[in-house]
Amino acid sequence: QSTVRSGSGQTDPSRGPYIAVITNRSTTLVIRGFMLFSIGVFLALVLNLLQVQRNVTLFPPDVISSIFSSAWWVPPCCGTASAIIGLLYPCIDCRLGEPHKFKREWSSVMRCVAVFVGINHASAKVDFANNVQLSLTLAALSIGLWWTFDRSRSGFGLGVVIALLATLSTQLLVYNGVFQYTSPDFLYIRSWLPCIFFAGVITMGNIGRQLALYECKLMSEKTHQD
Amino acid sequence: MTVRERLREKISAAFYRHGLLCASYPVPIILFTSASILACCYPLLRLPLPGTGPVEFTTRVRDYTVPSHEPQGDLGEQPDWYRGPPVAYIQPVLVKAAVSPWDSTLVPVDVFRSPLGRVFSLLEEIRNHVHDDGSGIRSLEALCLQVTDLLPGLRRMQRVLPEHGCLLVSPGNYWQNQRELFDSDPDLLKTVHQHEPKGLHTSATLRDLLFGVPVKHTGVSLYSRKRVVTYTITMVLGSYDARFLSSLRARLRQLHPSVNCSLREDHMVHVHFKEEIGMAELIPLVTTYIILFAYIYFSTRKIDMVKSKWGLALAAVVTVLSSLLMSVGLCTLFGLTPTLNGGEIFPYLVVVIGLENVLVLTKSVVSTPVDLEVKLRIAQGLSNESWSIMKNMATELCIILIGYFTLVPAIQEFCLFAVVGLVSDFFLQMFFFTTVLSIDIRRMELADLNRRLPAEAGMPLPKPGPLRPREAPPPPRPSPHTITLQTPAFRNLRLPKRLRVVYFLARTRLAQRFIMVGTVIWIGILAYTDPAGLRTYLAAQVSEQSPLGDGGAGGLPPHLGVAPVFPGPGGDPVGTLSVLPAPAEPTPLPENQSQGHHGAPGEGVPLVPQISWGAEDEEGWRRLSFRHWPSLFSYYNITLAKRYISILPVIPITLHLSPREAIETRHPQDTRHPPPPSLKTNDLPADLTLYKVAALGLAAGVLLVLLLFCLYRVLCSRNYGQNGVAHGRRRRGDLPCDDYGYSPPISEISPLLLCGHSMDIECLASDGMLLASCCLAGQIRVWDTQTGDCLTVIPKHGLRRSSSSGCWEQRDGWDAVGVAEPENLGGGTEPGGGVFDEGEGYPLRRRTTPRPALFENQPDLTPLIDTNFDSQPPSHLLLTPPRDGFDFGGLVEKAYLEHEPPSPGLTASYPSPLSGPPPQRRRSLGYIQPPAPQGQETPDWESAVWAMELRGNLIAAGRSNGKLELWDAVEGSLRCSNEDGVSGITALAFLNNRIVAARLDGSLDFFTVDINKPLGLLQYRGPPGRSNMPPSPCYSSEDVISCQLTRSVQCAHQKPITVLRAAAGRVVTGSQDHTVRVYRLEDSCCLFTLQGHSGGITAIYIDQTMVLASGGQDGAICLWDVLTGSRVSHVYGHRGDVTSLVCTTSCVISSGLDDLICIWDRSTGIKLYSIQQEVGCGASLGVISESLLVTGGQGCVSFWDLNFGDLLQTVYLGQSSDGQGVRQLVVLNNAAIVCDFGSELSLVYVPSVLEKLD
Repeated sequence: QSTVRSGSGQTDPSRGPYIAVITNRSTTLVIRGFMLFSIGVFLALVLNLLQVQRNVTLFPPDVISSIFSSAWWVPPCCGTASAIIGLLYPCIDCRLGEPHKFKREWSSVMRCVAVFVGINHASAKVDFANNVQLSLTLAALSIGLWWTFDRSRSGFGLGVVIALLATLSTQLLVYNGVFQYTSPDFLYIRSWLPCIFFAGVITMGNIGRQLALYECKLMSEKTHQD
Repeated sequence: MTVRERLREKISAAFYRHGLLCASYPVPIILFTSASILACCYPLLRLPLPGTGPVEFTTRVRDYTVPSHEPQGDLGEQPDWYRGPPVAYIQPVLVKAAVSPWDSTLVPVDVFRSPLGRVFSLLEEIRNHVHDDGSGIRSLEALCLQVTDLLPGLRRMQRVLPEHGCLLVSPGNYWQNQRELFDSDPDLLKTVHQHEPKGLHTSATLRDLLFGVPVKHTGVSLYSRKRVVTYTITMVLGSYDARFLSSLRARLRQLHPSVNCSLREDHMVHVHFKEEIGMAELIPLVTTYIILFAYIYFSTRKIDMVKSKWGLALAAVVTVLSSLLMSVGLCTLFGLTPTLNGGEIFPYLVVVIGLENVLVLTKSVVSTPVDLEVKLRIAQGLSNESWSIMKNMATELCIILIGYFTLVPAIQEFCLFAVVGLVSDFFLQMFFFTTVLSIDIRRMELADLNRRLPAEAGMPLPKPGPLRPREAPPPPRPSPHTITLQTPAFRNLRLPKRLRVVYFLARTRLAQRFIMVGTVIWIGILAYTDPAGLRTYLAAQVSEQSPLGDGGAGGLPPHLGVAPVFPGPGGDPVGTLSVLPAPAEPTPLPENQSQGHHGAPGEGVPLVPQISWGAEDEEGWRRLSFRHWPSLFSYYNITLAKRYISILPVIPITLHLSPREAIETRHPQDTRHPPPPSLKTNDLPADLTLYKVAALGLAAGVLLVLLLFCLYRVLCSRNYGQNGVAHGRRRRGDLPCDDYGYSPPISEISPLLLCGHSMDIECLASDGMLLASCCLAGQIRVWDTQTGDCLTVIPKHGLRRSSSSGCWEQRDGWDAVGVAEPENLGGGTEPGGGVFDEGEGYPLRRRTTPRPALFENQPDLTPLIDTNFDSQPPSHLLLTPPRDGFDFGGLVEKAYLEHEPPSPGLTASYPSPLSGPPPQRRRSLGYIQPPAPQGQETPDWESAVWAMELRGNLIAAGRSNGKLELWDAVEGSLRCSNEDGVSGITALAFLNNRIVAARLDGSLDFFTVDINKPLGLLQYRGPPGRSNMPPSPCYSSEDVISCQLTRSVQCAHQKPITVLRAAAGRVVTGSQDHTVRVYRLEDSCCLFTLQGHSGGITAIYIDQTMVLASGGQDGAICLWDVLTGSRVSHVYGHRGDVTSLVCTTSCVISSGLDDLICIWDRSTGIKLYSIQQEVGCGASLGVISESLLVTGGQGCVSFWDLNFGDLLQTVYLGQSSDGQGVRQLVVLNNAAIVCDFGSELSLVYVPSVLEKLD
């Protein structure tokens, strides 16, 4: 448009360097992945603490260090898994050609995270009469979470598949003695694990989609500017 | 019609009526709501304050029975936690032992070795005690609390604390309760000390647990002065057996009689522990709260299009919070005591209740047609969303109901709270939030009206009847309850008085101060009542003072009997101030205060360490940390949170050991210990801890402050608005630009009004010393900027000059005619003539059929005429043929004035080379002079001044007839004039000795001013050039000033030139044809044609540093490099025209028709932040210095700090605020600001600002 422009060797002058970096596609992917990873690590640490509280009602001073030192690889694993899930969800949406339109706002995402933490809290703090009741309640809560915040078939399917896979792998780990729970009750663990995994998958997917949406907005803005 | 639809309609109708109600009576409804909130929260007063200190309750031992689980109504003083059996009964056995008489041959270790050694025999005694009465044999083994494993993380305590058996704790545990280990231990102190945690530890340590008395009271130290060893054998009993305990007590007393012991034994104390929040439990809690705040933040961020965003967000949060409080209060009222941890479930409750409804309501109301009445808007918005709100609420209630049937008590309770919370939230939404919303919308509408008035000026009068389809089209289906109605009557624009209260609160920061004071008091109370806090500390201090003061008198009891100052809640009768009699040596001699390290008495008599029992020994456990018992139990994974333990009366044991016994039990290495070096070291360790804590705390505080400061510097530097478009936005909405009833801050800045013009001021020019102004009546006045005096009036009052001859004539009543003119004009216009369009930049609704009847009896509207021609977007004008008329419409209610071309003669006098484009700058009222009543004047002279410049004492005035005149500013005489051009001069630039004039036809004329006989003031203007006689026919003088047309660029632009600026030897023109041209001043050569805008140019800025900025109708701002002609940056900042542009060395400031002022970084083109101005505030801008921006508003000017976008001050120009906006703003050299304020000028000096800048 500007015909009198003489110096054209510089960078795009209409945008600052910051914006230029942001709009780079692979960079955003890495940033997104890193954000999801850190969210996953953080949630894993906090929720692990909640689960430990179920068995240790009051912490003597030494317990905290043992929590953080014991299975050190659990939080990174959770972080990686959440990064994968969070990137997978928008990707699948894109592939299926049905973009997710339901409640795409950060406030809704925060609500979803809060409910997820609440489900964990309930499973850790509330005393249930038996394991069947616990699993039924948690399952209902997880489905409710999906219905409230997701409502997409792909989300449900992916959630179920990943939850089953994760439960299976966890059980394998426990069998092989790599990892063990504070409570040795095998049935107890099996009952709540899939539901928590499912809710976690839905939550991370929600976050991932929202982040992707943000990126999309940025991209479209860029094209608009061009 | 199905049931569903009928239901829907009913709901919609109900909501509609409700909305009407709320918007009609906002104040009573808010009062009612507040009252109901308070009423519902009243039961909360009974709940205890949050705090973690344990609570005590004392009962008598004699008739003690284990309390039942059921609450008993008759025992009113019983606390509600005193139900059911306690976790454990604690039976302390307090042992005081001393070697007596003390022998000088004894070594310091002897003070505690043999007394401690006696613990094993005592333990043996206790363990083997068997009570046998008729009912059976009871021993400690059967009664005590059996414990299992220690927690897995406590391996290092495994050797010390008992496992798999009775919980019986004593110092003997250090040696596994084995005498042999004790005897063979070479260093007892080291053994004791090795279990102590490293570093600072505030809670109960192992030594506290085993000794059962605070460390400094044990006497197990090499430097003990009193040589009395105190320790406790703590028995933890699982069940209570009075007979066993009394027999044990009798047995021990019999074995080790305590002579002077008068401890009461008839009270037992129950201690109830509250929830203890540890670090590990806090982390998930904090996380949930962070998520909650993020949720609230993201939710309230969506509130938009309202007057006060923050106010509404606050109202939303208040709605949710108070609904929760109401829910808890109601549940408490109906007898449901909350057992759940309130803090834990609170975030989830908020999330369940949610802010969604509130947001949906706001959105719906905001999206209703703006021109409806407020209460109808509210009602419509409510009824549009009624169905979805009800549906959502029903769904949530269903879900919660399902949750209720899980039959898990905790979930049931949560659901109960949630249901009550939901219902009360609905109530509050409907009553509280809706009303607040209506108030807010009303405020916005008032502000909106201000802006809309000029916009609709050119609008035709609304046709009678429903003008536009006003049914709001809600997505599902239009509500049946939308009503079409007339345009709302313009209300009085004064805002209500209630804001005065708010501003008063804001000014005095009352609320903040109340909160601060409240917090301080609360913290104080907590610190005082906390068991680990001030109270015990004070008590300990008091009790410690006495023995220290009496020195080594020895005869005194170890702790003079000053009981705890504050008796326990049980009201222990002994726990008052009572000094125990010191039995053995009742009168301590003051001269006995020896400094001897052994504390030897002055008489040299071997000291008999006195063992005495005071009131503080009765409840020795009080001196322990309040975490003592919880931490002891927590080692075995038993929590005391929300449970209680019962502490039984102490069993006192006094042991006197002979020196011989002490020597016998001595370990061979004991004698190697050196004698205690000094008495002074005695209290050192304890004090040192205190200092350490203080120092660490101080260091941490300093570190925190530094850290925060660094964070602030990192986060809140000037780049905080870098990538955000909206988040650097500042509203000016709360600033009182109008008469809000809020008195502006007391300012030392007072504007100086320059009165004299009879009509609105059109042109302003200044060179720092002088100021020239020209009003619509064609009168030019010259003012002194220092004093504000009017120096010259051109033409002089009462004088007019015949246009043909150019001589001055007497003319009476010039001013009066000028004012009266519009009325005459209105009457004299021919209907059907062209209407000159004066609409201020909004899509024009043009009326082609004027209504002559309305032109009669018009009021004087001259002050209301908006002459801000710079800001109008002339794009649409291209469609219309040139017309010489204008129309002022709607400046007051349904009033407008139409103006017609004054006379055919005038129109004809325009040779009018312009065929297509109409005048860009229409100084229309300049035509007022010529028309009919005065008739015969030729427009030649009486044409209006369209542009004016001032340099030195020369005023260059460009007239509408194309004449360029040079006036002497001081004398008021015409120096020369040039009539080379015929097209009206729309803009002038006067630089050095050159004048550039832009004409209506798009041509650009360059003039040279030559001075033959240089005047004092003009000397700097270069050497005089050719001396041409001034072409002025009538005026002649010795000062020969000539003005010669050097070059005329015809068709400099395709369309009219809108802006002309000159600086640094360059002339820059901006035009309707979307281009900017740069000319060199010397040779009038066109250097560049800058293209890049997609609309007409509306604003240009150029300064000495060769920076060039241009703004266009497309809202774009371009920065150019004048040397190369390249575009440096191109940003879109405004919706609508850019009205003015100013640059500083670091940033570019632009204002637009959207009332937004944007500040851009000059080098990167990134928006730093933007200021949302009051609607209708003018678009005038000025930069006083690098960091001081001044903007004009409605009757005021505001000063802003450019670095942070803060409003520094608002200066009101006059008492009245009738919507007279500041339209032009000129910044003078001495930092005074001249603003065009109707027909007056305001001179605002900013001395304070200058001082600050220096």
